[in-house]
Amino acid sequence: MLDALIQGLLLGGLYALFALGLSLMFGVMRLTNTAQGDFIVLAAFGVIAVAPLVAQSTLGATALVLPLAFAAGYALQRWVLNGTLGRDPLPSLVVTFGLSIVIQNALLETFSADPRSLDSGGFSTRSLVLGDGLAIGALPLAIFGLALVITASLQALFDGTALGRAFRAVSDDREIAELMGLDARKVYALATAIAFVVIALGGALQAMRTTVAPSDGPLLLLFAFEAVIIGGMGSFWGTFAGAMVLGLAQQIGFRIDPGWGIWFGHLVFLAVLVVRPQGLLPKTRG
Amino acid sequence: MNASNDIHVVRSTRASRSALIVGVALLVVAATMPAWAESSWMREFVEIACYFVFALMWNLLAGYGGMVSIGQQAFFGLGGYAMLMLGNLAGINPFVAIPIAALGTAAIALPVSWLAFRLQGGYFAIGSWVIAEVFRLSFANMSIVGGGSGTSLTALRGIERATRESLTFWIALACVVGAIAGVYLFLRSKLGLALLAIRDSEVAAESQGVDVRRTKLAVYLCAAFGAAFAGALYFVGNLRISPDAAFSVNWTAFAIFMVVIGGIGRIEGPIVGAIIFWALNKAFSDYGSWYLMGLGTMAIGVTIFFKQGLWGWLQQRWGWSLFPTTRWLVASSFSNEVSHAQHR
Repeated sequence: MLDALIQGLLLGGLYALFALGLSLMFGVMRLTNTAQGDFIVLAAFGVIAVAPLVAQSTLGATALVLPLAFAAGYALQRWVLNGTLGRDPLPSLVVTFGLSIVIQNALLETFSADPRSLDSGGFSTRSLVLGDGLAIGALPLAIFGLALVITASLQALFDGTALGRAFRAVSDDREIAELMGLDARKVYALATAIAFVVIALGGALQAMRTTVAPSDGPLLLLFAFEAVIIGGMGSFWGTFAGAMVLGLAQQIGFRIDPGWGIWFGHLVFLAVLVVRPQGLLPKTRG
Repeated sequence: MNASNDIHVVRSTRASRSALIVGVALLVVAATMPAWAESSWMREFVEIACYFVFALMWNLLAGYGGMVSIGQQAFFGLGGYAMLMLGNLAGINPFVAIPIAALGTAAIALPVSWLAFRLQGGYFAIGSWVIAEVFRLSFANMSIVGGGSGTSLTALRGIERATRESLTFWIALACVVGAIAGVYLFLRSKLGLALLAIRDSEVAAESQGVDVRRTKLAVYLCAAFGAAFAGALYFVGNLRISPDAAFSVNWTAFAIFMVVIGGIGRIEGPIVGAIIFWALNKAFSDYGSWYLMGLGTMAIGVTIFFKQGLWGWLQQRWGWSLFPTTRWLVASSFSNEVSHAQHR
């Protein structure tokens, strides 16, 4: 049982990385990115594709993809998604959903439907033995640590920097923020750019930990979404906590019956929606 | 002269009256199809009819009710499975089971709405998708309906093929006409007026005494009923069901495509969209993933550059309206003067 708890928390670390980008984009501009999961998968395939350029070094390939993700996120928001924002959620939903379908099929055409993975140089097979047949994988532990660091950094960015102040300002009231001299379109673009870096990191780690296939995106989107809602909108630590709950729920479900793990995660999400619709740690930014 | 006598409400246009005549004529021709058409045509019609009715219901929910959902496949699949279980397990004639399944699904949609309505906007969309996934995984783990690999509709075994095909076709035709007429009358009713008010401004509508929550719930249940009817009909025509086919997000993806291309928030939209979708599907579906990439790109392009969709553009350009839900106030003395002026 202790093993299931630890595995659940470690899985939650990965889910936190999936969810933070969604939380960031919704927090700043009320944009629901339904292609979140597909961007995670796209980034993973991006890392796989550039790996031959850097002598198959996963670390090097990831380092190459992260700035690309930043630029892609900036450009996508600046020149495509900004035009879809507004009171009506439909345009942004249709555009991101359309992107989701385009990405899935483009990946299918380029990489075939086979699941692929990234070589982590034996890191994924190493583990810390804690006695009593309890061992913690080195890679999941590193992912968990990274998720903690990124959650803390995002929260610090929001709370203590000029950029974070700009994010909060356009989130609270776009018109007033623009009167004060902010260019909301550029602020939004920066938010998406940062979200895409986290997304790309999540994708690379997913491919190291397990496998990625072109059709995986929607499921990853649902996990990210559930973590955000369980945690409560508007706080990165909330999203982190939500990811922990989801990881735990799935692990416990898998232990009971492998066929019911994801189903059990969904049920816990729905239960939170009934019992505590505001989430675990709500702190709505405006 | 009493001014109030001169003002009357006009609710139809010349185009809408001609559309009715053409529609009835088409319907009469279509109804005789089993007598002369090939069975592959009828199968195709049944299939596109299910897509269309599903899209019309998505349009009602998103375009009029303002509830953009990516989870309507939940009700499509539930309708299909309910029909199959009524037929295979309870021994009810599957054709009779279709409306029962749709009603049963609408009843399930009520508790589902309590969950879904806790989320708004974009999060409502993805939350509904999670709910659809819960149904898919639940049916995938139910061995009585074949689990993940699904099962066949054995209840139709005793019925002769020609009878079955004609009957399925007529139900599909009735379903299309019923869905259009139903949505049209709904939108022209008092409840429809309330719905249009909510779409334009929820706060203003509430201050005028519109019960926003109840109106939205009514739309949600109607949309669930229609989606379930389409699902039950589709799997009567298909004879085989599986969780992945019944609860596939592609149902909603295609509905979004049809509605957005044709024009959201207007009844003509899904009709035009379904015709375009059918034509594209016939011409390009062999291209597989390239075809789907094209559909996705088209939906993105239309949303960004062509917000009103094809019919919305035509309506703006030429003022066409086949299914007017608007009320025009016309002052007859004024219009007489206008026509006089034109004569001179």
